[in-house]
Amino acid sequence: MKVDKVIASATTILPLRLKDMSYSVGNARLLDGIDLTVKAGRRLVVMGPNGAGKSLLLRLCHGLIEPTSGSISWQSQDPRPAAQAMVLQRPVLLRRSVRANLNYPLALAGYARAARSEMVQKTLARFGLIPLAERPARLLSGGEQQRLALARAWALRPQILFLDEPSAALDPSATRAIEDLIFQFSAEGITIVMTSHDLFQARRLAQDVAFLHRGRLIEHGPAAQFFDAPQTPEARDFLGGALIW
Amino acid sequence: MLSNTRALLLCAISSIGSIAAVPAFAQDFITVASTTSTENSGLFGYILPMFTEETGIDVRVVAQGTGQALETGRRGDVDVVFVHARPAEEQFVAEGYGVERFDVMYNDFVIVGPDSDPANTRAAENAVDAMTAIAQAGASFASRGDDSGTHKAELALWSAADIVPEGAWYLETGSGMGATLNTAVQVPAYALTDRGTWLSFENRGDLTVTYEGDPVLFNPYGVILVNPELHPHVKAQEGQAFIDWLVSDAGQQAIADYQVGGEQLFFPNAQ
Amino acid sequence: MDGPFLIAIGLIASGDPALTEIIALSLKVTLTAVSIGCLVGLPLGAGLALARFPGRGVIVVAFNALMGLPPVVAGLLVYLMLSRSGPLGDLALLFTPTAMVIAQTILILPIVISLTRSVVEDLWAEYREQLRSLGAGRLRSVPTLLWDGRVSLVTGILAGFGRASAEVGAVLIVGGNIAGHTRTMTTAITLETSRGSLGLAVALGIILLLITLSLNAAAWGLAQSARGRLG
Repeated sequence: MKVDKVIASATTILPLRLKDMSYSVGNARLLDGIDLTVKAGRRLVVMGPNGAGKSLLLRLCHGLIEPTSGSISWQSQDPRPAAQAMVLQRPVLLRRSVRANLNYPLALAGYARAARSEMVQKTLARFGLIPLAERPARLLSGGEQQRLALARAWALRPQILFLDEPSAALDPSATRAIEDLIFQFSAEGITIVMTSHDLFQARRLAQDVAFLHRGRLIEHGPAAQFFDAPQTPEARDFLGGALIW
Repeated sequence: MLSNTRALLLCAISSIGSIAAVPAFAQDFITVASTTSTENSGLFGYILPMFTEETGIDVRVVAQGTGQALETGRRGDVDVVFVHARPAEEQFVAEGYGVERFDVMYNDFVIVGPDSDPANTRAAENAVDAMTAIAQAGASFASRGDDSGTHKAELALWSAADIVPEGAWYLETGSGMGATLNTAVQVPAYALTDRGTWLSFENRGDLTVTYEGDPVLFNPYGVILVNPELHPHVKAQEGQAFIDWLVSDAGQQAIADYQVGGEQLFFPNAQ
Repeated sequence: MDGPFLIAIGLIASGDPALTEIIALSLKVTLTAVSIGCLVGLPLGAGLALARFPGRGVIVVAFNALMGLPPVVAGLLVYLMLSRSGPLGDLALLFTPTAMVIAQTILILPIVISLTRSVVEDLWAEYREQLRSLGAGRLRSVPTLLWDGRVSLVTGILAGFGRASAEVGAVLIVGGNIAGHTRTMTTAITLETSRGSLGLAVALGIILLLITLSLNAAAWGLAQSARGRLG
């Protein structure tokens, strides 16, 4: 898959650096002292038991919420650069056609009408959505909806893509299709940061792993090392399938 | 769906454009405050086209109770008031709100009631006797209770009979002549009404005229130009033209010619 | 009183110009008021749904309460404003269709604002993160939420239309029920009732009901098919 020229030529916003980043709601410290550097071109899977703060970490990185303390900074110094996108765990598709859903964020990003319609057409083709282009997005199947959500994020030409449980509610074949897309994005040079509760999926996709436990980042490194020789007892228990809290 | 909704929106937006066209003013018009009974009688529908044809001035009639019509005149919201409550009209002029009162015509009040006439008003010597009979029999009586000319005439009769109307038999509707007559039909009750409204009133039920003819029941109409010195926007010239026409031979003849069911409703009496 | 249905059918069939004029004026006034109500009320309601400021609760409650404002009171307020002796007397708007539009707009606005706020607030809870993720700020979210809530919003707009087209107190006071100028369906019904022409009054009522009915049926059908097609 050839690297998209627009992405390749843009100023890089990566790496993304989190320094002693914490997030609290009231007295509850949901993320605590996270230090993490997300390097360009890698596929990072954030793992951890339920409630460890995986989804929260992605939303903080994406800029949907602000950290309580510490910092999240991009290489480009931009507080919230445009060249990043996220697919939420339950993406909201607008009550309009597939085409209009793709057009919407591009219009927000300020692309001119002509450029937009070309980008939308390209995206429809790229994701095999041309036959569905005029269909109402809300009436697509689960797999099709997720494909559209990914396409919508991709159309923004991100350098980094945050994916929160991208195949959580999908059947195996739809999951397969989504994973294929993630590999293709990666091959195009898009940095991937995703969460997954599925160990097998994590093994298939991860180049790096960040392991969260009770709001703390307790392991971070290459995937092979994490899966073969986890350093902490919590990670060992997690990989062994034990319930840890 | 998209195109449908869009069409609907367009439709809504274009109708806003039409608001500019809504206050389609005729070049020459005056606004007249008059009474519901006059409007209901159909007199205006008959005489106004004649005036408009002769002068090119359109007359817009706002029909209200006499009290409200005079108040509308006081506020300067109309050019001419055309009502029937002589003392109030004279006060209106005396206070400077109106220029001068002109006699135009009169009709008369009648007492209507159930055909069975439980108070035996048919045998009354005069109007005050008839009202006394109703009160003494405790027969139901529907009153406008709205400070209108008709209401004032009714109160004057009670006062002359030395009766304070109150009790279960006395029903104040607080509404117009038509609504009061509708109530009287339902109860059934006696009521004092102007003959014009009665003759053009269709929902009479069991009601009929049980007493009429006492001169005290005559109901004179006056027309007054609202004082342009107080309200400079008043169309004095056009308003006065209307008044002049009403009291002219042509206007008086038009009033005399108006009939409902073969009966003349209004009797011209301009000086 | 016999056969108001027959009278109604006869009236419609005859195409009586006076009746046509009354119906046209009623629709014109009410549709104009509804349009203005939407133009002002939709963004305002949506803004109220998204904005957070001190005193917001008071405003929300106030608009909810104003939905029950007696039309006569609205009419009286407009009358006092537009009267020659009132602050806006120089505009010479009293006893004109424009005055009726103003009065009806005042009746419609609280309904449109309150229902829009409620619909948009629910949508906002669902859309908030997604819209922010796609790059829409609060202000830019307003038209998006209004458009995506369009099916539910139509209900609120119809409620406003219903209130405006059915009311008589306000338009009677500010319009004056002048024949051929400010006489609407409802004031004509009032007039005919007061003349004892109950049959004609009921016939006019039936026509008014038919108009409202067909409009509601059209909107309902549109909403049903939209639900089916938009999910």
